[in-house]
Amino acid sequence: MANREPVKRGAERHQRPQEAAVQPAPQSKGAAKHKVDLAAQSKSWIRHHKQTARDSFQRLRTTPLPSLMTLAVLAIALALPGLMFVGLKNIHQLSGEWKGDPKISLYLQKTLPDEAAEQFSQTMLLRADLAAVELVTKDQGLHEFQRISGFSDVIGFLNKNPLPAVVVVQPVDNSKANLVSLQTELGALAEVDEAVLDMVWVERLASFVELANRVVLVLGALLALSVLLVVGNTIRLSIENRKDEIQVAKLVGATDSWVKRPFIYTGFWFGLIGALVAWLFVQISLLLIQEPVGQLAALYQSGFELQGLGFTDSLILLLTGVVLGLIGAKLAVGRHLKEIEPQ
Amino acid sequence: MISFENVSKRYPEGHDALRDVNFTLNRGEMAFLTGHSGAGKSTLLKLIMLMERPTRGHVSVANQDLAQFSREDIPYHRRRIGVVFQNHQLLFDRTVFDNVALPLQISGYEPDDIGKRVRAALDKVGLLSKEKLNPITLSTGEQQRIGIARAIVHKPQLLLADEPTGNLDPSLSAEIMSLFMEFNRHGTTVLIASHDLALISRMGHRTLILDQGRLMRDG
Repeated sequence: MANREPVKRGAERHQRPQEAAVQPAPQSKGAAKHKVDLAAQSKSWIRHHKQTARDSFQRLRTTPLPSLMTLAVLAIALALPGLMFVGLKNIHQLSGEWKGDPKISLYLQKTLPDEAAEQFSQTMLLRADLAAVELVTKDQGLHEFQRISGFSDVIGFLNKNPLPAVVVVQPVDNSKANLVSLQTELGALAEVDEAVLDMVWVERLASFVELANRVVLVLGALLALSVLLVVGNTIRLSIENRKDEIQVAKLVGATDSWVKRPFIYTGFWFGLIGALVAWLFVQISLLLIQEPVGQLAALYQSGFELQGLGFTDSLILLLTGVVLGLIGAKLAVGRHLKEIEPQ
Repeated sequence: MISFENVSKRYPEGHDALRDVNFTLNRGEMAFLTGHSGAGKSTLLKLIMLMERPTRGHVSVANQDLAQFSREDIPYHRRRIGVVFQNHQLLFDRTVFDNVALPLQISGYEPDDIGKRVRAALDKVGLLSKEKLNPITLSTGEQQRIGIARAIVHKPQLLLADEPTGNLDPSLSAEIMSLFMEFNRHGTTVLIASHDLALISRMGHRTLILDQGRLMRDG
Protein backbone atom coordinates (compact mmCIF):
# COMPACT_ATOMS: atom_id res chain seq x y z
CA MET A 1 0.00 0.00 0.00
CA ALA A 2 1.12 3.51 -0.75
CA ASN A 3 1.48 6.49 1.56
CA ARG A 4 -2.15 7.33 1.33
CA GLU A 5 -2.94 4.40 3.51
CA PRO A 6 -5.85 5.59 5.57
CA VAL A 7 -5.36 3.51 8.65
CA LYS A 8 -1.96 2.88 10.08
CA ARG A 9 -0.83 -0.67 10.06
CA GLY A 10 2.12 -2.74 11.06
CA ALA A 11 3.69 -1.70 14.32
CA GLU A 12 1.21 1.12 14.76
CA ARG A 13 -1.82 -0.70 13.61
CA HIS A 14 -3.36 -0.80 17.04
CA GLN A 15 -3.37 2.91 17.34
CA ARG A 16 -6.93 3.89 16.98
CA PRO A 17 -7.47 5.51 13.60
CA GLN A 18 -9.33 8.65 14.61
CA GLU A 19 -6.44 9.74 16.79
CA ALA A 20 -4.03 9.25 13.96
CA ALA A 21 -5.95 11.28 11.47
CA VAL A 22 -8.71 13.17 13.16
CA GLN A 23 -9.04 15.90 15.73
CA PRO A 24 -10.55 14.61 18.92
CA ALA A 25 -14.16 15.50 19.49
CA PRO A 26 -14.54 18.62 21.61
CA GLN A 27 -15.85 16.93 24.71
CA SER A 28 -13.31 14.18 24.94
CA LYS A 29 -10.45 15.83 26.77
CA GLY A 30 -9.35 12.34 27.69
CA ALA A 31 -9.06 11.28 24.09
CA ALA A 32 -5.27 11.15 24.33
CA LYS A 33 -5.61 8.64 27.12
CA HIS A 34 -7.47 6.35 24.79
CA LYS A 35 -4.38 5.94 22.78
CA VAL A 36 -3.18 2.48 23.53
CA ASP A 37 0.58 2.49 23.17
CA LEU A 38 2.65 -0.21 21.59
CA ALA A 39 3.93 -1.86 24.76
CA ALA A 40 0.45 -2.01 26.18
CA GLN A 41 -0.76 -3.39 22.88
CA SER A 42 1.72 -6.24 22.79
CA LYS A 43 0.78 -6.95 26.39
CA SER A 44 -2.85 -7.04 25.43
CA TRP A 45 -2.00 -9.25 22.47
CA ILE A 46 -0.30 -11.76 24.75
CA ARG A 47 -3.16 -11.47 27.19
CA HIS A 48 -5.64 -12.22 24.45
CA HIS A 49 -3.62 -15.24 23.38
CA LYS A 50 -3.56 -16.59 26.91
CA GLN A 51 -7.22 -15.90 27.43
CA THR A 52 -8.19 -17.40 24.10
CA ALA A 53 -6.13 -20.51 24.79
CA ARG A 54 -7.91 -20.88 28.13
CA ASP A 55 -11.35 -20.16 26.68
CA SER A 56 -10.86 -22.61 23.84
CA PHE A 57 -9.91 -25.28 26.34
CA GLN A 58 -12.94 -24.48 28.49
CA ARG A 59 -15.14 -24.71 25.44
CA LEU A 60 -13.98 -28.29 24.83
CA ARG A 61 -15.18 -29.08 28.32
CA THR A 62 -18.57 -27.47 27.87
CA THR A 63 -19.35 -30.06 25.17
CA PRO A 64 -17.66 -33.09 26.74
CA LEU A 65 -19.21 -35.86 24.66
CA PRO A 66 -18.53 -34.49 21.16
CA SER A 67 -15.09 -33.37 22.30
CA LEU A 68 -14.29 -36.83 23.66
CA MET A 69 -15.47 -38.53 20.49
CA THR A 70 -13.32 -36.26 18.35
CA LEU A 71 -10.37 -36.79 20.67
CA ALA A 72 -10.82 -40.57 20.55
CA VAL A 73 -10.79 -40.56 16.75
CA LEU A 74 -7.72 -38.34 16.72
CA ALA A 75 -5.97 -40.47 19.32
CA ILE A 76 -6.56 -43.66 17.35
CA ALA A 77 -5.47 -42.04 14.11
CA LEU A 78 -2.26 -40.92 15.80
CA ALA A 79 -1.69 -44.09 17.84
CA LEU A 80 -1.76 -46.41 14.82
CA PRO A 81 1.22 -44.82 13.05
CA GLY A 82 2.86 -44.54 16.46
CA LEU A 83 2.55 -48.27 17.01
CA MET A 84 3.71 -49.06 13.50
CA PHE A 85 6.68 -46.83 14.08
CA VAL A 86 7.55 -48.70 17.25
CA GLY A 87 7.25 -51.96 15.32
CA LEU A 88 9.60 -50.67 12.70
CA LYS A 89 12.05 -49.55 15.31
CA ASN A 90 12.07 -53.03 16.80
CA ILE A 91 12.64 -54.63 13.42
CA HIS A 92 15.62 -52.37 12.96
CA GLN A 93 16.84 -53.44 16.36
CA LEU A 94 16.40 -57.11 15.44
CA SER A 95 18.33 -56.68 12.22
CA GLY A 96 20.98 -54.88 14.22
CA GLU A 97 21.51 -58.06 16.25
CA TRP A 98 22.96 -59.67 13.14
CA LYS A 99 25.37 -56.83 12.94
CA GLY A 100 28.63 -57.65 11.11
CA ASP A 101 27.20 -60.84 9.69
CA PRO A 102 27.59 -60.17 6.00
CA LYS A 103 30.86 -61.83 5.20
CA ILE A 104 32.57 -62.50 1.92
CA SER A 105 34.33 -65.82 1.60
CA LEU A 106 37.34 -65.66 -0.70
CA TYR A 107 38.19 -69.13 -2.00
CA LEU A 108 41.86 -68.91 -2.97
CA GLN A 109 43.42 -70.64 -5.93
CA LYS A 110 44.03 -74.31 -5.05
CA THR A 111 47.56 -74.07 -6.36
CA LEU A 112 48.41 -71.22 -4.00
CA PRO A 113 50.96 -72.33 -1.39
CA ASP A 114 50.18 -71.81 2.27
CA GLU A 115 52.75 -69.03 2.66
CA ALA A 116 51.18 -67.07 -0.20
CA ALA A 117 47.74 -67.53 1.37
CA GLU A 118 49.16 -66.23 4.62
CA GLN A 119 50.64 -63.25 2.82
CA PHE A 120 47.40 -62.60 0.99
CA SER A 121 45.44 -62.51 4.20
CA GLN A 122 48.00 -60.02 5.55
CA THR A 123 47.34 -57.69 2.62
CA MET A 124 43.62 -58.02 3.27
CA LEU A 125 44.20 -56.96 6.87
CA LEU A 126 45.73 -53.73 5.63
CA ARG A 127 42.60 -52.71 3.76
CA ALA A 128 40.59 -49.95 5.42
CA ASP A 129 37.25 -51.13 4.08
CA LEU A 130 37.46 -54.48 5.85
CA ALA A 131 36.66 -54.76 9.53
CA ALA A 132 37.95 -58.30 10.08
CA VAL A 133 39.91 -60.87 8.16
CA GLU A 134 40.15 -64.56 8.99
CA LEU A 135 42.36 -67.08 7.23
CA VAL A 136 41.26 -70.68 7.10
CA THR A 137 44.22 -72.64 5.76
CA LYS A 138 43.83 -75.80 3.74
CA ASP A 139 44.65 -77.95 6.79
CA GLN A 140 42.32 -76.07 9.08
CA GLY A 141 39.62 -76.40 6.47
CA LEU A 142 40.15 -80.10 6.26
CA HIS A 143 40.10 -80.56 10.03
CA GLU A 144 36.92 -78.55 10.27
CA PHE A 145 35.36 -80.58 7.50
CA GLN A 146 36.32 -83.82 9.14
CA ARG A 147 34.92 -82.69 12.45
CA ILE A 148 31.63 -81.44 11.10
CA SER A 149 30.92 -83.91 8.33
CA GLY A 150 31.92 -87.12 10.05
CA PHE A 151 33.59 -88.23 6.82
CA SER A 152 36.97 -88.41 8.55
CA ASP A 153 37.53 -92.00 7.39
CA VAL A 154 36.81 -91.23 3.79
CA ILE A 155 39.02 -88.19 3.86
CA GLY A 156 41.79 -90.29 5.32
CA PHE A 157 41.89 -92.14 2.00
CA LEU A 158 42.62 -88.99 0.08
CA ASN A 159 46.30 -88.51 -0.47
CA LYS A 160 45.86 -84.86 -1.23
CA ASN A 161 43.87 -82.15 0.52
CA PRO A 162 41.15 -81.16 -1.97
CA LEU A 163 40.13 -78.01 -0.11
CA PRO A 164 41.33 -74.54 -0.98
CA ALA A 165 42.43 -72.02 1.61
CA VAL A 166 39.67 -69.52 2.46
CA VAL A 167 39.96 -65.95 3.60
CA VAL A 168 36.76 -64.75 5.24
CA VAL A 169 36.50 -60.97 5.27
CA GLN A 170 33.96 -58.75 6.96
CA PRO A 171 33.34 -55.42 5.24
CA VAL A 172 33.02 -52.19 7.19
CA ASP A 173 30.16 -50.88 5.13
CA ASN A 174 27.32 -53.37 5.06
CA SER A 175 25.18 -51.63 2.48
CA LYS A 176 24.03 -53.88 -0.29
CA ALA A 177 25.73 -51.85 -3.01
CA ASN A 178 29.05 -51.90 -1.24
CA LEU A 179 28.90 -55.63 -0.55
CA VAL A 180 28.32 -56.37 -4.19
CA SER A 181 31.05 -54.06 -5.47
CA LEU A 182 33.48 -55.40 -2.90
CA GLN A 183 32.64 -58.94 -3.92
CA THR A 184 33.42 -58.14 -7.54
CA GLU A 185 36.61 -56.32 -6.66
CA LEU A 186 37.98 -59.06 -4.41
CA GLY A 187 36.89 -61.79 -6.79
CA ALA A 188 39.04 -60.22 -9.51
CA LEU A 189 42.23 -60.52 -7.46
CA ALA A 190 44.77 -63.01 -8.85
CA GLU A 191 44.94 -65.11 -5.67
CA VAL A 192 41.20 -65.47 -5.47
CA ASP A 193 39.40 -68.24 -7.27
CA GLU A 194 35.94 -67.22 -6.22
CA ALA A 195 34.41 -64.62 -3.91
CA VAL A 196 31.10 -65.74 -2.41
CA LEU A 197 28.69 -63.44 -0.71
CA ASP A 198 25.58 -64.86 0.82
CA MET A 199 23.25 -62.12 -0.31
CA VAL A 200 19.99 -63.92 0.12
CA TRP A 201 19.22 -62.95 3.67
CA VAL A 202 20.76 -59.51 3.27
CA GLU A 203 18.46 -58.87 0.37
CA ARG A 204 15.45 -60.35 2.07
CA LEU A 205 15.95 -58.32 5.17
CA ALA A 206 16.64 -55.15 3.25
CA SER A 207 13.55 -55.48 1.13
CA PHE A 208 11.44 -56.43 4.11
CA VAL A 209 12.57 -53.37 6.03
CA GLU A 210 12.04 -51.25 2.95
CA LEU A 211 8.53 -52.60 2.52
CA ALA A 212 7.73 -52.02 6.17
CA ASN A 213 9.05 -48.47 5.88
CA ARG A 214 6.82 -47.83 2.91
CA VAL A 215 3.75 -49.28 4.53
CA VAL A 216 4.27 -47.21 7.65
CA LEU A 217 4.84 -44.12 5.54
CA VAL A 218 1.73 -44.59 3.40
CA LEU A 219 -0.55 -45.53 6.29
CA GLY A 220 0.93 -42.73 8.36
CA ALA A 221 0.20 -40.21 5.61
CA LEU A 222 -3.38 -41.47 5.25
CA LEU A 223 -3.95 -41.30 8.99
CA ALA A 224 -2.42 -37.82 9.14
CA LEU A 225 -4.85 -36.79 6.44
CA SER A 226 -7.72 -38.19 8.48
CA VAL A 227 -6.53 -36.18 11.50
CA LEU A 228 -6.60 -33.04 9.34
CA LEU A 229 -10.11 -33.84 8.14
CA VAL A 230 -11.44 -34.61 11.60
CA VAL A 231 -10.00 -31.44 13.10
CA GLY A 232 -11.09 -29.39 10.09
CA ASN A 233 -14.62 -30.67 10.26
CA THR A 234 -14.89 -30.16 14.01
CA ILE A 235 -13.67 -26.58 13.64
CA ARG A 236 -16.05 -25.98 10.77
CA LEU A 237 -18.99 -27.00 12.98
CA SER A 238 -17.69 -24.83 15.77
CA ILE A 239 -17.45 -21.84 13.41
CA GLU A 240 -21.00 -22.50 12.31
CA ASN A 241 -22.14 -22.54 15.94
CA ARG A 242 -20.47 -19.25 16.69
CA LYS A 243 -21.60 -17.44 13.58
CA ASP A 244 -23.51 -14.73 15.47
CA GLU A 245 -20.57 -14.02 17.67
CA ILE A 246 -18.25 -13.73 14.68
CA GLN A 247 -20.59 -11.31 12.94
CA VAL A 248 -20.94 -9.10 15.99
CA ALA A 249 -17.21 -9.16 16.63
CA LYS A 250 -16.50 -8.14 13.04
CA LEU A 251 -19.02 -5.31 13.33
CA VAL A 252 -17.34 -3.84 16.36
CA GLY A 253 -13.94 -3.98 14.71
CA ALA A 254 -12.47 -7.44 15.19
CA THR A 255 -9.63 -8.22 12.82
CA ASP A 256 -9.56 -11.51 10.94
CA SER A 257 -6.80 -12.83 13.16
CA TRP A 258 -8.73 -11.92 16.31
CA VAL A 259 -11.71 -13.87 15.02
CA LYS A 260 -9.57 -16.80 13.92
CA ARG A 261 -7.57 -17.14 17.10
CA PRO A 262 -10.03 -19.15 19.22
CA PHE A 263 -10.49 -21.70 16.45
CA ILE A 264 -6.77 -22.07 15.91
CA TYR A 265 -6.41 -22.73 19.62
CA THR A 266 -9.21 -25.28 19.47
CA GLY A 267 -7.20 -27.09 16.77
CA PHE A 268 -4.11 -26.84 18.95
CA TRP A 269 -5.85 -28.41 21.94
CA PHE A 270 -7.38 -31.18 19.85
CA GLY A 271 -3.97 -31.97 18.38
CA LEU A 272 -2.14 -31.87 21.69
CA ILE A 273 -4.67 -33.82 23.75
CA GLY A 274 -5.26 -36.27 20.91
CA ALA A 275 -1.51 -36.93 20.73
CA LEU A 276 -1.26 -37.33 24.51
CA VAL A 277 -4.02 -39.92 24.48
CA ALA A 278 -2.39 -41.60 21.47
CA TRP A 279 0.86 -41.79 23.43
CA LEU A 280 -1.00 -43.48 26.27
CA PHE A 281 -2.57 -45.94 23.81
CA VAL A 282 0.85 -46.83 22.44
CA GLN A 283 2.43 -47.29 25.85
CA ILE A 284 -0.46 -49.43 27.08
CA SER A 285 -0.35 -51.57 23.93
CA LEU A 286 3.39 -52.11 24.40
CA LEU A 287 2.86 -53.11 28.02
CA LEU A 288 0.27 -55.64 26.90
CA ILE A 289 2.57 -57.34 24.38
CA GLN A 290 5.78 -57.04 26.34
CA GLU A 291 5.41 -60.33 28.19
CA PRO A 292 4.59 -62.57 25.21
CA VAL A 293 7.41 -60.95 23.26
CA GLY A 294 9.80 -61.70 26.13
CA GLN A 295 8.69 -65.33 26.20
CA LEU A 296 9.14 -65.65 22.46
CA ALA A 297 12.59 -64.12 22.63
CA ALA A 298 13.50 -66.54 25.43
CA LEU A 299 12.43 -69.49 23.27
CA TYR A 300 14.84 -68.32 20.61
CA GLN A 301 17.48 -67.68 23.24
CA SER A 302 17.60 -64.11 22.12
CA GLY A 303 18.32 -61.18 24.37
CA PHE A 304 15.80 -59.16 22.37
CA GLU A 305 13.90 -56.58 24.38
CA LEU A 306 10.89 -54.69 23.12
CA GLN A 307 11.67 -51.02 22.65
CA GLY A 308 9.03 -48.44 23.44
CA LEU A 309 8.69 -44.83 22.35
CA GLY A 310 11.70 -43.04 23.71
CA PHE A 311 11.70 -39.43 24.81
CA THR A 312 12.45 -38.09 21.33
CA ASP A 313 9.82 -40.23 19.65
CA SER A 314 7.23 -39.23 22.23
CA LEU A 315 8.07 -35.61 21.56
CA ILE A 316 7.74 -36.18 17.82
CA LEU A 317 4.34 -37.79 18.35
CA LEU A 318 3.13 -34.81 20.39
CA LEU A 319 4.51 -32.31 17.89
CA THR A 320 2.92 -34.18 15.01
CA GLY A 321 -0.44 -34.01 16.80
CA VAL A 322 -0.10 -30.32 17.51
CA VAL A 323 1.04 -29.45 14.00
CA LEU A 324 -1.75 -31.49 12.38
CA GLY A 325 -4.30 -29.88 14.72
CA LEU A 326 -3.06 -26.42 13.85
CA ILE A 327 -3.02 -27.10 10.11
CA GLY A 328 -6.50 -28.64 10.22
CA ALA A 329 -7.80 -25.60 12.09
CA LYS A 330 -6.07 -23.18 9.72
CA LEU A 331 -7.56 -24.91 6.70
CA ALA A 332 -11.07 -24.85 8.15
CA VAL A 333 -10.78 -21.27 9.35
CA GLY A 334 -9.35 -20.06 6.06
CA ARG A 335 -12.19 -21.65 4.14
CA HIS A 336 -15.16 -20.79 6.29
CA LEU A 337 -14.43 -17.59 8.16
CA LYS A 338 -14.34 -15.28 5.17
CA GLU A 339 -17.86 -16.34 4.29
CA ILE A 340 -19.17 -14.95 7.55
CA GLU A 341 -19.57 -11.21 7.21
CA PRO A 342 -22.01 -9.01 9.10
CA GLN A 343 -25.27 -8.63 7.21
CA MET B 1 -17.95 13.73 9.66
CA ILE B 2 -19.80 11.84 6.95
CA SER B 3 -20.00 12.87 3.36
CA PHE B 4 -21.70 11.18 0.42
CA GLU B 5 -20.78 12.34 -3.08
CA ASN B 6 -22.89 11.06 -5.96
CA VAL B 7 -23.20 7.71 -4.25
CA SER B 8 -25.10 4.94 -6.01
CA LYS B 9 -25.40 1.36 -4.92
CA ARG B 10 -26.70 -1.36 -7.15
CA TYR B 11 -26.83 -4.87 -5.76
CA PRO B 12 -25.66 -7.72 -7.96
CA GLU B 13 -29.24 -8.82 -8.57
CA GLY B 14 -29.90 -5.44 -10.20
CA HIS B 15 -31.74 -3.67 -7.43
CA ASP B 16 -30.79 0.02 -7.12
CA ALA B 17 -30.62 0.64 -3.37
CA LEU B 18 -29.19 4.16 -3.59
CA ARG B 19 -29.20 6.57 -6.54
CA ASP B 20 -26.90 9.54 -6.70
CA VAL B 21 -27.03 10.44 -3.01
CA ASN B 22 -25.28 13.64 -1.85
CA PHE B 23 -25.15 14.93 1.68
CA THR B 24 -22.73 15.96 4.41
CA LEU B 25 -23.14 15.43 8.10
CA ASN B 26 -20.92 17.72 10.15
CA ARG B 27 -19.02 16.79 13.23
CA GLY B 28 -21.23 16.97 16.31
CA GLU B 29 -24.40 17.00 14.26
CA MET B 30 -27.42 14.78 14.84
CA ALA B 31 -29.64 13.70 11.98
CA PHE B 32 -32.39 11.25 11.18
CA LEU B 33 -32.58 9.14 8.10
CA THR B 34 -36.06 8.08 7.12
CA GLY B 35 -38.12 6.64 4.32
CA HIS B 36 -40.20 3.56 3.59
CA SER B 37 -38.70 0.18 4.17
CA GLY B 38 -36.53 -0.59 1.17
CA ALA B 39 -35.83 3.08 0.54
CA GLY B 40 -32.12 2.53 1.15
CA LYS B 41 -31.66 3.48 4.81
CA SER B 42 -29.87 0.30 5.77
CA THR B 43 -27.74 0.35 2.65
CA LEU B 44 -26.63 3.88 3.45
CA LEU B 45 -25.55 2.83 6.94
CA LYS B 46 -23.83 -0.27 5.57
CA LEU B 47 -21.78 1.90 3.23
CA ILE B 48 -20.60 3.96 6.19
CA MET B 49 -19.69 0.77 8.09
CA LEU B 50 -17.94 -0.66 5.03
CA MET B 51 -20.28 -3.64 5.11
CA GLU B 52 -20.96 -2.73 1.49
CA ARG B 53 -19.07 -0.72 -1.10
CA PRO B 54 -20.72 1.87 -3.34
CA THR B 55 -21.15 1.09 -7.03
CA ARG B 56 -20.43 4.73 -7.89
CA GLY B 57 -19.46 7.84 -5.99
CA HIS B 58 -17.50 8.40 -2.80
CA VAL B 59 -18.29 7.94 0.86
CA SER B 60 -16.01 9.71 3.32
CA VAL B 61 -15.85 9.41 7.08
CA ALA B 62 -13.72 11.89 9.03
CA ASN B 63 -12.37 13.26 5.75
CA GLN B 64 -11.10 9.87 4.66
CA ASP B 65 -12.37 8.37 1.45
CA LEU B 66 -13.54 4.90 2.37
CA ALA B 67 -12.54 3.63 -1.08
CA GLN B 68 -8.93 3.70 0.14
CA PHE B 69 -9.65 1.23 2.91
CA SER B 70 -8.55 -2.29 2.13
CA ARG B 71 -10.09 -5.34 3.72
CA GLU B 72 -7.42 -5.29 6.45
CA ASP B 73 -8.24 -1.69 7.33
CA ILE B 74 -11.94 -2.27 7.83
CA PRO B 75 -11.74 -3.40 11.49
CA TYR B 76 -9.83 -0.25 12.46
CA HIS B 77 -12.38 1.87 10.64
CA ARG B 78 -15.25 0.18 12.47
CA ARG B 79 -13.62 0.71 15.84
CA ARG B 80 -14.29 4.43 15.65
CA ILE B 81 -17.97 3.96 14.95
CA GLY B 82 -20.62 2.85 17.39
CA VAL B 83 -23.55 1.04 15.86
CA VAL B 84 -26.96 0.10 17.24
CA PHE B 85 -29.24 -2.35 15.49
CA GLN B 86 -32.93 -2.98 15.60
CA ASN B 87 -32.28 -6.61 16.39
CA HIS B 88 -29.66 -5.50 18.95
CA GLN B 89 -27.32 -8.41 18.04
CA LEU B 90 -26.54 -9.33 21.62
CA LEU B 91 -24.79 -12.60 22.44
CA PHE B 92 -26.76 -14.81 24.77
CA ASP B 93 -23.85 -17.02 25.74
CA ARG B 94 -22.37 -14.36 28.02
CA THR B 95 -23.34 -11.75 30.57
CA VAL B 96 -24.47 -8.20 29.95
CA PHE B 97 -21.02 -7.06 31.08
CA ASP B 98 -19.22 -9.27 28.58
CA ASN B 99 -21.51 -8.15 25.77
CA VAL B 100 -20.70 -4.53 26.41
CA ALA B 101 -17.01 -5.28 26.95
CA LEU B 102 -16.60 -6.96 23.54
CA PRO B 103 -15.54 -3.84 21.55
CA LEU B 104 -12.98 -2.96 24.23
CA GLN B 105 -11.57 -6.49 24.36
CA ILE B 106 -11.25 -6.45 20.60
CA SER B 107 -9.44 -3.12 20.69
CA GLY B 108 -7.11 -4.47 23.37
CA TYR B 109 -7.93 -2.41 26.44
CA GLU B 110 -6.54 -3.33 29.86
CA PRO B 111 -8.94 -5.47 31.93
CA ASP B 112 -9.20 -2.83 34.67
CA ASP B 113 -9.87 -0.16 32.14
CA ILE B 114 -12.51 -2.34 30.51
CA GLY B 115 -14.30 -2.75 33.83
CA LYS B 116 -14.46 0.99 34.41
CA ARG B 117 -15.60 1.84 30.92
CA VAL B 118 -18.21 -0.91 30.75
CA ARG B 119 -19.73 0.18 34.07
CA ALA B 120 -19.74 3.80 32.95
CA ALA B 121 -21.56 2.82 29.74
CA LEU B 122 -24.05 0.64 31.62
CA ASP B 123 -24.61 3.45 34.08
CA LYS B 124 -25.46 5.82 31.24
CA VAL B 125 -28.17 3.52 29.94
CA GLY B 126 -29.38 2.85 33.49
CA LEU B 127 -28.57 -0.85 33.62
CA LEU B 128 -25.57 -0.95 35.92
CA SER B 129 -27.35 -3.32 38.29
CA LYS B 130 -27.83 -5.92 35.54
CA GLU B 131 -24.22 -6.39 34.51
CA LYS B 132 -24.01 -9.99 35.73
CA LEU B 133 -27.25 -11.14 34.10
CA ASN B 134 -27.62 -12.89 30.80
CA PRO B 135 -29.24 -10.46 28.34
CA ILE B 136 -31.81 -13.11 27.42
CA THR B 137 -33.45 -12.53 30.80
CA LEU B 138 -33.96 -8.82 30.10
CA SER B 139 -36.87 -7.05 28.43
CA THR B 140 -36.69 -5.86 24.82
CA GLY B 141 -36.19 -2.28 25.91
CA GLU B 142 -33.40 -3.28 28.26
CA GLN B 143 -31.76 -5.37 25.57
CA GLN B 144 -31.84 -2.40 23.24
CA ARG B 145 -30.18 -0.27 25.90
CA ILE B 146 -27.46 -2.92 26.32
CA GLY B 147 -26.93 -2.68 22.57
CA ILE B 148 -26.58 1.09 22.94
CA ALA B 149 -24.15 0.69 25.84
CA ARG B 150 -22.04 -1.59 23.65
CA ALA B 151 -22.15 0.97 20.83
CA ILE B 152 -20.92 3.83 23.01
CA VAL B 153 -18.59 2.01 25.42
CA HIS B 154 -15.46 2.93 23.44
CA LYS B 155 -16.64 6.57 23.07
CA PRO B 156 -16.95 6.57 19.32
CA GLN B 157 -17.07 9.87 17.50
CA LEU B 158 -19.80 8.61 15.25
CA LEU B 159 -22.88 6.75 16.41
CA LEU B 160 -25.09 5.00 13.88
CA ALA B 161 -28.43 3.45 14.71
CA ASP B 162 -30.63 1.34 12.46
CA GLU B 163 -34.25 1.42 13.66
CA PRO B 164 -33.20 1.55 17.31
CA THR B 165 -36.80 1.94 18.46
CA GLY B 166 -38.21 -0.59 16.02
CA ASN B 167 -40.00 -2.88 18.46
CA LEU B 168 -40.35 -0.54 21.41
CA ASP B 169 -43.45 1.17 22.70
CA PRO B 170 -43.63 5.00 22.43
CA SER B 171 -42.46 5.79 25.94
CA LEU B 172 -39.46 3.44 25.64
CA SER B 173 -38.74 4.90 22.22
CA ALA B 174 -38.67 8.40 23.64
CA GLU B 175 -36.34 7.21 26.37
CA ILE B 176 -33.93 5.70 23.84
CA MET B 177 -34.04 8.84 21.70
CA SER B 178 -33.23 11.01 24.67
CA LEU B 179 -30.19 8.81 25.26
CA PHE B 180 -29.01 9.50 21.72
CA MET B 181 -29.62 13.23 22.20
CA GLU B 182 -27.54 13.15 25.33
CA PHE B 183 -24.64 11.51 23.53
CA ASN B 184 -24.99 14.14 20.82
CA ARG B 185 -24.91 16.94 23.40
CA HIS B 186 -21.56 15.51 24.51
CA GLY B 187 -20.21 15.90 20.99
CA THR B 188 -20.90 12.56 19.32
CA THR B 189 -22.09 12.76 15.74
CA VAL B 190 -25.31 10.76 15.53
CA LEU B 191 -27.14 9.36 12.51
CA ILE B 192 -30.34 7.42 13.19
CA ALA B 193 -32.28 5.51 10.59
CA SER B 194 -35.92 5.26 11.59
CA HIS B 195 -39.34 5.15 10.00
CA ASP B 196 -41.02 6.47 13.14
CA LEU B 197 -41.97 9.81 11.55
CA ALA B 198 -44.01 11.02 14.50
CA LEU B 199 -41.09 10.55 16.85
CA ILE B 200 -38.64 12.15 14.42
CA SER B 201 -40.75 15.26 13.90
CA ARG B 202 -41.06 15.69 17.66
CA MET B 203 -37.26 15.61 17.98
CA GLY B 204 -36.83 18.56 15.64
CA HIS B 205 -33.47 17.50 14.20
CA ARG B 206 -32.23 17.49 10.65
CA THR B 207 -33.99 14.75 8.66
CA LEU B 208 -32.84 13.05 5.48
CA ILE B 209 -35.66 11.42 3.58
CA LEU B 210 -34.90 8.61 1.17
CA ASP B 211 -37.36 7.42 -1.42
CA GLN B 212 -36.46 4.49 -3.66
CA GLY B 213 -32.80 5.20 -3.19
CA ARG B 214 -33.00 8.96 -3.85
CA LEU B 215 -32.45 11.61 -1.26
CA MET B 216 -35.75 13.54 -1.49
CA ARG B 217 -35.37 16.01 1.32
CA ASP B 218 -32.54 17.18 3.49
CA GLY B 219 -33.43 19.49 6.29
